Amino acid sequence: MASGVKPRVKAPKKASAGESVVIKTLISHKMESGQRKDSDGNVIPRSIINRFTCDYNGQNIIDVALAPAISTNPYFEFEATIPEAGEMKFTWYDDDGSVYETAKTVEIG
Amino acid sequence: MKKASFKVMTASVAALALGAGAAAADPEADLVVNGEIRMVTKTDAPAHLEGHLDTIRSGWTFRTSETQALQMDDFDNPGMIFVDGAQEAWDTAEGTAGKACADCHGDVAEGMMGVRAVYPKWNEAAGEVRTIEQMVNECRTDRMGADAYKYDGGDMAAMVALISSVSRGMPVDVAIDGPAQETWEKGQEIYYTRYGQLELSCANCHEENYDYYIRADHLSQGHINGFPTYRLKNAKLNTVHARFKGCVRDTRAETFKPGSPEFVALELYVASRGNGLSVEGPSVRN
Repeated sequence: MASGVKPRVKAPKKASAGESVVIKTLISHKMESGQRKDSDGNVIPRSIINRFTCDYNGQNIIDVALAPAISTNPYFEFEATIPEAGEMKFTWYDDDGSVYETAKTVEIG
Repeated sequence: MKKASFKVMTASVAALALGAGAAAADPEADLVVNGEIRMVTKTDAPAHLEGHLDTIRSGWTFRTSETQALQMDDFDNPGMIFVDGAQEAWDTAEGTAGKACADCHGDVAEGMMGVRAVYPKWNEAAGEVRTIEQMVNECRTDRMGADAYKYDGGDMAAMVALISSVSRGMPVDVAIDGPAQETWEKGQEIYYTRYGQLELSCANCHEENYDYYIRADHLSQGHINGFPTYRLKNAKLNTVHARFKGCVRDTRAETFKPGSPEFVALELYVASRGNGLSVEGPSVRN
């Protein structure tokens, strides 16, 4: 597991049914591109988050493929319509096989 | 042929003008962080700047609206990632004494509130002006029995950013009289001394030519109320002394070392030029 990886999500705790809400996500990750060399001339192996998904009550709302040119600490901001109360599940997939997960519950009110 | 090249030129001039329009920030915009911390980004200059500057402006007012927006919400501010890391370090015991910062200072929001606003500050026990970085390292080596942080390293920048973050919105108010006066005068002398092959003093850019462009860079007044600063150009937090070093290096001079008495004096003087602006650190700049 790459060190210092910490997922963060900012989503409203409450929404009215059918409302479109803004969701902000950020994961601290060094996103090593695999194009750089260290001081001895050896290639620093690629280590990036390659996929990000968000599901709401089991239904996928966003699925992103990430490429090596994306800079450190990738940030995603997107909108989603909240049909009913439920749980939003966020998943980040690391090159090394690690999977980072976090979830937020949204109430209707 | 002549006509064609003229056309190309007007086109590029138009593109330039457009680019400048998009990049220009609104100097009257308000900086409110998280919808609750209202910052003073423009105010009357402190009395000692009479004849030099009338109004002091935070570096935030010189940045593009996109960069400005990043600082207005802690979630969007990349500097806060480092603050999170430092919060863990604050609570973690280190060194031979088995103590954490929190064991003496308690919760950072209580123990460190207002500290960033008054530093660098005269330290009676040491008999000299000290910066926050020096105080952090004194705690680490003398009280915790841990290794000192590198003065302008990442750990130090993050720790100072944490300490600074709890003072955000408070006015910078460093003392320049009494025992600190001698150091302050030394800092003032450095500020107005031309260094390097380019023979530039701090004042040449940041006092006489602020708000103009130096090549592609929009010159600010060079206040340090926003430090440690997250810079988009290097994607990390930058300390005051690392920034001083970068500036002096750009004059093609041999620089003073981060943590040196010269830079401590300069930090006190530059901080005092921003007396009255709000503590913004960790701020976001380009």
